[in-house]
Amino acid sequence: MASSDPDGRLLLLSPEDDVLVARCPLPAGTVVALGGGLESMLAAALPAGHKIARHAVAEGARVLKYGAPIGRATRAIAAGEPVHTHNLRSDWTPTHTLDEARARDEAGAREQATRGGP
Amino acid sequence: MRGWLRQDGRKGIRNAVAVAYLVECAHHVAREVAWPLREQDVHLIGFPGCYPNDYAQRMMERLCTHPNIGAVLLVSLGCESFDRYGLAAAIRASGRPVETIVIQKTGGTRRSIEQGRAWAAAQHAALAAVATVPMAVSELVVGTVCGGSDGTSGLTGNPAAGRAFDLLVAEGAACIFEETGELIGCEHIMAERAITPELGAALIAAVAKAARVYATLGYGSFAAGNAEGGLSTIEEKSLGAYAKSGRSPISGLLKPGDQPPGGGLYLLDIVPDGEVRWGFPNINDNAEIVEMIACGAHCVLFVTGRGSVVGSAISPVLKICANPATYRALAEDMDVNAGRILEGEADLDAVGREIHALVLALGGGWRSASESLGHQEFVLTYKAFAPAGPGCLPESARRP
Repeated sequence: MASSDPDGRLLLLSPEDDVLVARCPLPAGTVVALGGGLESMLAAALPAGHKIARHAVAEGARVLKYGAPIGRATRAIAAGEPVHTHNLRSDWTPTHTLDEARARDEAGAREQATRGGP
Repeated sequence: MRGWLRQDGRKGIRNAVAVAYLVECAHHVAREVAWPLREQDVHLIGFPGCYPNDYAQRMMERLCTHPNIGAVLLVSLGCESFDRYGLAAAIRASGRPVETIVIQKTGGTRRSIEQGRAWAAAQHAALAAVATVPMAVSELVVGTVCGGSDGTSGLTGNPAAGRAFDLLVAEGAACIFEETGELIGCEHIMAERAITPELGAALIAAVAKAARVYATLGYGSFAAGNAEGGLSTIEEKSLGAYAKSGRSPISGLLKPGDQPPGGGLYLLDIVPDGEVRWGFPNINDNAEIVEMIACGAHCVLFVTGRGSVVGSAISPVLKICANPATYRALAEDMDVNAGRILEGEADLDAVGREIHALVLALGGGWRSASESLGHQEFVLTYKAFAPAGPGCLPESARRP
């Protein structure tokens, strides 16, 4: 792994990258070093392989990982903030997720539990 | 390694009987024939469609004459459009025993199953008596695919598979990587590795074709689980997937069913040519695995982060798990724990050497996890391809 990693729990894959990748699951509240003396506290848990911004990224800017563009910021991203489908979009084809379907299913299950049975 | 020598000079690392249905209407009979013999290397393959398709016909011919296959039972309903005569002739010409059961002529389901089982069992017994010959790494064809990818795939499993590919290519093996729809954004760095400028241009054109086809279909080669695993966009997934190719020069561009003309690294172009027809290029990972096997792949390296459990008919699949948590959750399905790299317990070179050693072990008769668990998935659908262009195989073009 690159020796320039600012924090042993995060990977900087290429020096010009805008993101750091979690090499292990990091719980909410973890304080991580972003490099250049910057620190940030994770507002939510960061699973292994997920990304956070290494520095502030402007809306519309290309985001680099592995030294290559992985899409564009759909809004301004603060240093230390997770970078994922909520603030990054592809320059090729849109990303398909089951996030809305899962939220509907979980809401339905909660409602069923409140009513007491099917 | 040891192999079974075939009439065309290729050697197989397995000596299986294929039971092939030629339309969905014959699927049940073929499955019933193969099922009780599934642990004796009797594998079920087939094509479900009733309409003729040149691609499917060619794929079935390549698969039924694959070096890992020693004999073939064809199961036909009797009225489908698939050319069972042409397929049987190709198998016979390859020196393999072939038998066709036509359900409408045999007298129905039960008699077809009985006759099929008797033939397959007899072939299995005959194949078990065939002696093997020594086999060199330079005689191997190895494919690689990634599936159920997550944010760890591009950090550990894919680059480790790339290191294994570098070792195999250096020893003269033919290695095939694929899924041009997952190389979007990588085409220019990839083209710089081509052995000729013409091939480089062909590689760029293949990725451009994939981008066009997926844009038409509205989805990239990207599943919801990829995003749950931390991958945000198709270009991010592509950069990770590209690492499977390793660092060797790229010697050629193949279409499904093309055999590599010699050792080296090849890209398989799996996206159909012409206007977009019949839906997604490959509807799942197994469709890709089948196409690499049709190119002659003796085994397939499968890198997963989320945790795919699939194997394949015909050729063993070696499962490389990129994510250490997934490895612990699904250890029985995995052959290699590349996630050790994230935990600081191994480096890419060490895992690459481990994968290389396991490929050679497969050639010595060792069985991979998916193989031992009985996974024999198989998918073949409709497609259309134009033959590979003149710049696609520069080395073979130079040969007389």
